[in-house]
Amino acid sequence: MVLSGADKNNVKGVFAKIGGHAEEYGAETLERMFATYPQTKTYFPHFDLQHGSAQVKGHGKKVAAALVEAANHIDDIAGALSKLSDLHAQKLRVDPVNFKLLGQCFLVVVAIHHPSVLTPEVHASLDKFLCAVGNVLTAKYR
Amino acid sequence: MVHWTAEEKQLITSLWGKVNVEECGAEALARLLIVYPWTQRFFSSFGNLSSPTAIIGNPKVRAHGRKVLTSFGEAVKNLDNIKATYAKLSELHCEKLHVDPENFRLLGDILIIVLASHFARDFTPACQFAWQKLVGVVAHALARKYH
Repeated sequence: MVLSGADKNNVKGVFAKIGGHAEEYGAETLERMFATYPQTKTYFPHFDLQHGSAQVKGHGKKVAAALVEAANHIDDIAGALSKLSDLHAQKLRVDPVNFKLLGQCFLVVVAIHHPSVLTPEVHASLDKFLCAVGNVLTAKYR
Repeated sequence: MVHWTAEEKQLITSLWGKVNVEECGAEALARLLIVYPWTQRFFSSFGNLSSPTAIIGNPKVRAHGRKVLTSFGEAVKNLDNIKATYAKLSELHCEKLHVDPENFRLLGDILIIVLASHFARDFTPACQFAWQKLVGVVAHALARKYH
């Protein structure tokens, strides 16, 4: 799966529209993921996962920052997220299936806040981008 | 049998009451064919699927999307008996249509995004949970008679 020029432009466009809301959307994505797919909570036994949790907000910020970083270096996502990829492979070892779940929730958040931005073509590009990010983060698992 | 809490049932049925089945169905199927283009393999008789614009405007896509979502409504009306509701459709998708059940999961995920874009903040996390559960149950029921 390869990101075309149009895909890259679409993704950059989405993140431009999201702008300063990225951190907020990161937190909302996580909250929705924990609510929709309770099994994802197993990776955060040390977190307070209640609505409004400062830990979830903080972690959402990190997740969003990584997505923004990937979008800003969309020609070399593997390079941009290399350290994160190492971290996930060696320490975090989040099962690969969960990246799809996070991706689905991020798409839901974008759909909720920017429905007019998420045209079918942009939806396709963003879905591909999120898959690519997931692939990079799990690339060194074995 | 699936267990639904009273709240989950309420979230599902109240949202469904506001859904424009024709519009949402058409949009969901079109997005499936655009976002996951390999799903077009089942629709070679639908004519022009050569671009997102062509897909969105394709009358067969719209009609079939409406048909699919109308059928989905049967699940909403029979939440306590989804398995039986889709038994015949499951056989059809296996024996005649030869559809990989993974496609039901893909369409379910797309439907969630369509609902989110239409209902915005009303599509709360609790609502998303109930609906994601429902699309999973429907996908499972449609795959149940596969052999």
